Amino acid sequence: MKAGSRLKQVLQKGHFAVTCEMGPPKSAQIQGMLAKARAVKGYVDAVNVTDCQSAVVRLSSLAGAVHLLREGLEPVLQVTCRDRNRIAIQSDLLGAYSLGIRNVLCLTGDHQRFGNHPTAKGVFDLDSVQLVNIVKGFSERRIFANGEPIKEGAPDYFIGAVENPFSGPLELRVLRLEKKIRAGAAFIQTQAVFDLERFKRFMSLVRDRGLDEKCFILAGVIPPKSERAAIFMRDKVPGISVPDDIVTRLRNAADPKQEGIRIAKELISAVQSIEGVSGVHIMAIGWEEVVPQLVSETGLYPRPA
Amino acid sequence: MSSFKPKIIAFCCYNCAYAAADLAGTMRLQYDPCVSVIGVPCTGAIDLTTVLTAFEEGADGVFIAGCLKGECHYKVGNLRALERVKYLKRVLSEAGIDGDRLEMYFLSAAMGSRFAEIAKEMTDRIRGMGPLPLNGCPEEGEGK
Amino acid sequence: MIVAERKPLAEIVAALGKCRKVLVVSCSGCTAVCFTGGAKQAEVLASSIRMHYRVAGVPVNTGTVAVTRQCDREFLQPIEHRLTGVDAVVSLACGVGVQFLAEAFADLWVVPALNTRFAGGRVGTTLWEERCRMCGDCILHLTGGICPVTRCSKSLLNGPCGGAAGEHCEIDSSIPCAWIHIYERLKRAGRLELWQKLQQPKDWSRGNAGGLGRLAREDYSE
Repeated sequence: MKAGSRLKQVLQKGHFAVTCEMGPPKSAQIQGMLAKARAVKGYVDAVNVTDCQSAVVRLSSLAGAVHLLREGLEPVLQVTCRDRNRIAIQSDLLGAYSLGIRNVLCLTGDHQRFGNHPTAKGVFDLDSVQLVNIVKGFSERRIFANGEPIKEGAPDYFIGAVENPFSGPLELRVLRLEKKIRAGAAFIQTQAVFDLERFKRFMSLVRDRGLDEKCFILAGVIPPKSERAAIFMRDKVPGISVPDDIVTRLRNAADPKQEGIRIAKELISAVQSIEGVSGVHIMAIGWEEVVPQLVSETGLYPRPA
Repeated sequence: MSSFKPKIIAFCCYNCAYAAADLAGTMRLQYDPCVSVIGVPCTGAIDLTTVLTAFEEGADGVFIAGCLKGECHYKVGNLRALERVKYLKRVLSEAGIDGDRLEMYFLSAAMGSRFAEIAKEMTDRIRGMGPLPLNGCPEEGEGK
Repeated sequence: MIVAERKPLAEIVAALGKCRKVLVVSCSGCTAVCFTGGAKQAEVLASSIRMHYRVAGVPVNTGTVAVTRQCDREFLQPIEHRLTGVDAVVSLACGVGVQFLAEAFADLWVVPALNTRFAGGRVGTTLWEERCRMCGDCILHLTGGICPVTRCSKSLLNGPCGGAAGEHCEIDSSIPCAWIHIYERLKRAGRLELWQKLQQPKDWSRGNAGGLGRLAREDYSE
């Protein structure tokens, strides 16, 4: 068995962690993704590989994660409950661990209606909390979901989950976070933070319940590319809230891209100063080449060895 | 098409349109004799199947004439009839029959000349459409 | 009850093909209650079929017969005498009734006139909504009487997903988020501890994932 999760070590040593995200291609051609991977190498501690995000068919997250490993990057394997039942998911997780993947992020998954196969049957055999608990069962109790023992080689993943502080009643989100932590989540990546005030209120409730002591929270940051992109996220992406002043800044900017970078850097610095936030998760959505700049210009480069 | 003599059934509410049809007669207003008036206690009492039977048994057009909106003696009978007419238009067009062969009108007992106008309007409309496409094909005995 | 919708006429007549003597069988059970499969709808459908074929220049012979419940063998036997010489029956029952009808008369060609949609009820003048997914393992006592299996678009058992927009489901802003409603109801009842309890993966084998559903009643005898 190969070494454990580096992301886990970085967080446990108390460093402010940096992760980013990559969507595999809608083809079997991996070169483009590898070029982006090379660009961010050394600037991030781990890279999430999305699992058919927005329910669009893409190269599998498992294959994408293995490609990143070969490039010398540490992947975070995203696993959704939308497309696979408990048999397939556990099977993939055994396979992924055998290939050297050490981080897993458990998600429910966007509904298939949003994707390019809206007539598909959604699986949702498990929900994300149950999935976290099953992966926890692998390492803690060495059992499968059915309670059967894993006789040898039980995977010991660094288990992540997501939380969206911007959707529905705030206290409900905190209770849900707590549930995920109790189920076994060791790190949390949040939905993109634009609304800092709400995020601060969320973090204060998180601290009140001592949840920041029980898991590492990485705040999500999306560098907005343009006013249009910001409006699209605000209006069309489920669960993202984009305050008006961000939209206005992008509208009035002479160079919207530079303004987007400025906004992202401000957000990274802002979340860094919030007590209980252990890192940042940059979701550049196709604009990954900006990640090194965001990391170095916010003083987060070089990354700890 | 000038030789075409359409058969039009007018289901008229006794409280308004039927009396209006009477008044039209008293006023000596001319309308085509192809319109046959059938009195009903309220247009809300006209069943879906009654209208379909009219078409199946040879009507080229049907109109239902009820009280003015808000004046129905049973409060909403005429509005229910309107909903049924809307639904039946869809049923007819699904079966390959122009839904405009069926229409709903609202009038009062005093509107004799309006009744004559409606009768003319429907006669012209149905004349323009020609015979009901069913009328070339005989009806088979029902299997009831 | 079972909620069903009428198939388009074109689909029904396409399924009838060359059948010329057709009997439309209504059901006075659920589909009559949701105004799709009752005696009146059977008359309208029979008339539509006749008119459709006559427009095409092909006369057909149609009739209707009402059955109290097509999903009950006892109510099917009495219509046997109506089936003589019939090329096809069009059933206005749910999928259960259509199959019971086909099973009751081995040589009968049966055409479904409805699409069976869900188990639900009427929530507006012309609106029906699903309430039960028939999972075979009811948890409504844990969720304040609101079923997340049915009413959450992802059938989540441990709270809402991250997509809920305000109080609405991410897939349709006219659908309320089931989990936000469950949360509020449990909170009002002072039973939030139920919300906090980790719901283990569900035993879907009691529902449609388990193959043909079957219920043997050993406690019951005629």
